[in-house]
Amino acid sequence: MLRSRTFQIVVPGIIILGLLPLGAGGYILGLLTLAYYYAVFAMSWDLLFGFAGEVNFGPSFLIGVGAYTAALLNHYAAWPIAPCLAAGACAAVIAGAILAVPALRLRGPYFGLVTLVAVLLLQNMITLFAGITGGEIGLDLPDVLSIDDRTNYYYAFAFMVITGGLLFGLSRSPVGLILQASGQDAVEAAALGFNVAKHKLAAFCISAFFSGLAGAMLIFYMGTASVGTVVDIAVGVNVIIAAVLGGRRTIIGAAVGSIFLIGAGEVLRPLGQLATFVVSAIALVVILFFPEGFMGRILQPGGRE
Amino acid sequence: MLALQILIDGFAISSLYALGATGFTLIFGVSGVLNLSHGAIMVVAAVIAWAVAGSMGAGPYLGALAGVLAALACAFFTYRVIVRPIQNSPSIPKEEKEIFVLTGTLLWGIMLQEAIAYIFTNNPKTVRPLVEGVVMILGVRTPWNEVLTAVLSWTVIGLLYLLVNRTRTGKSLLAASMNPRGLTLLGFEMSSIYVLVWGIYGVLAGIAGVLLGAFLGVSSDNAGTLTASAFSIVVLGGLGSVPGSLIAAYVVGYLETMTAYLVSPSIRTVPVLLLLVAVVYVRPQGLLGRR
Repeated sequence: MLRSRTFQIVVPGIIILGLLPLGAGGYILGLLTLAYYYAVFAMSWDLLFGFAGEVNFGPSFLIGVGAYTAALLNHYAAWPIAPCLAAGACAAVIAGAILAVPALRLRGPYFGLVTLVAVLLLQNMITLFAGITGGEIGLDLPDVLSIDDRTNYYYAFAFMVITGGLLFGLSRSPVGLILQASGQDAVEAAALGFNVAKHKLAAFCISAFFSGLAGAMLIFYMGTASVGTVVDIAVGVNVIIAAVLGGRRTIIGAAVGSIFLIGAGEVLRPLGQLATFVVSAIALVVILFFPEGFMGRILQPGGRE
Repeated sequence: MLALQILIDGFAISSLYALGATGFTLIFGVSGVLNLSHGAIMVVAAVIAWAVAGSMGAGPYLGALAGVLAALACAFFTYRVIVRPIQNSPSIPKEEKEIFVLTGTLLWGIMLQEAIAYIFTNNPKTVRPLVEGVVMILGVRTPWNEVLTAVLSWTVIGLLYLLVNRTRTGKSLLAASMNPRGLTLLGFEMSSIYVLVWGIYGVLAGIAGVLLGAFLGVSSDNAGTLTASAFSIVVLGGLGSVPGSLIAAYVVGYLETMTAYLVSPSIRTVPVLLLLVAVVYVRPQGLLGRR
């Protein structure tokens, strides 16, 4: 294990990022905090796409359900943060299960469309009931995780590392292998005696759990829940780009991709409106010329893990 | 009166949707590609037409021509630089080509959208219509432009029908959508068929974009919504089925217009989304889908 490439790359990375608050300023920490939540979104998405083979165009449906459930409970019922997070994650799991039903029946583009429609419907509902949800402006929260940059950083960092570890472990476990098999050839996997439906449903619920929890934590970090930060299609697009950029089917790649994406967006900020253009162009070049992504590229030459 | 208004407005918007979705479904039928830069290409056509006709002072006809040519160029670029390299790439496994094409065209669409927003700002722009003035149809004041939109959309769709069913080239397109391998065995070059279909697509998307720009006005922010609406119409009608898309375009167009007039413009798209979910659950192959 000590000699595996993943281990050699991840452990120094974690140590460096873990020690970062000793040297870096609040601005960089804030940026990375956001990137870590995105990393969880992207890793959860990778579990669904890379392993279960389900193209989910609407990661922000799961994120948004988790975030808004937590936000509404905190804003109206004044629940403390911890139960809000738990409720958000549970609501997201239910949303994930609802999404899994069509996934088991539909293939490819049809399922993709259902996930897309789910996001649009959620977004419409939030705007429609603007009186309750705050609509386009957003819902402000009485509680925040912490007002200290470092504490926030460590919350997000620990959350990302734990999620990453769990998802990575899961992907390398027998369950992960069965998932991968059912993603690539569902009929054959079923013929070998594996319960494809059960495993896919589980993948949806796990992915939804972490997406929803991360969405809920993100809004408690930001102090407000708005469509633009957790529901908009653009959020989902960024998650997908991050996961593909970092290297699909690697879990860790998704985290690397997210940190790169958020970082690049910030570095290119002086370009103004062109920043999104440049980031998309970079992502397009990576997809065209290095379809394995960053991590896929690095991990590949070492052969089998 | 209101019913007539809905009937006329709905007809115009539906024929525009039909035109936009036809190109989208044609590409899927022939080459199996879902082009997520569709909306952005329509926006490019509209904005170029607006710029050439308006600020460059070339008049609405030259403007419209420039818009269509711009869409054609974008379509070829999409195929040559994004879709074909992904389809031919040896390092992308076959079962993942689809998601790569989707992600690639999505990114390309975002790039087009951002480029337009950067050069021309994202303010809504209304293309100068080809014809001015209004006409009374059964007592409803209708701009000539709205009539022209419907007529032109149907003319183009009719021409496409003739092309596909009456000419040799068109029949090879039809054959490609049914059995590409058989067509290759008969000595047809698939790559030239794909170039042709992307060319047709570019012209269709261009005309739809320019007409949309003249009818409703377009902003670069609309690109995503336009793609989503073409995608929904095509899935509703059955992926790859042109008649299905035409029917679905009318269902969507009228449902939206009725919601906007009778309930509230703010929930214009909600009934369509609900209908879409219902159809996908009950009849995943769409109204007239083959599979």
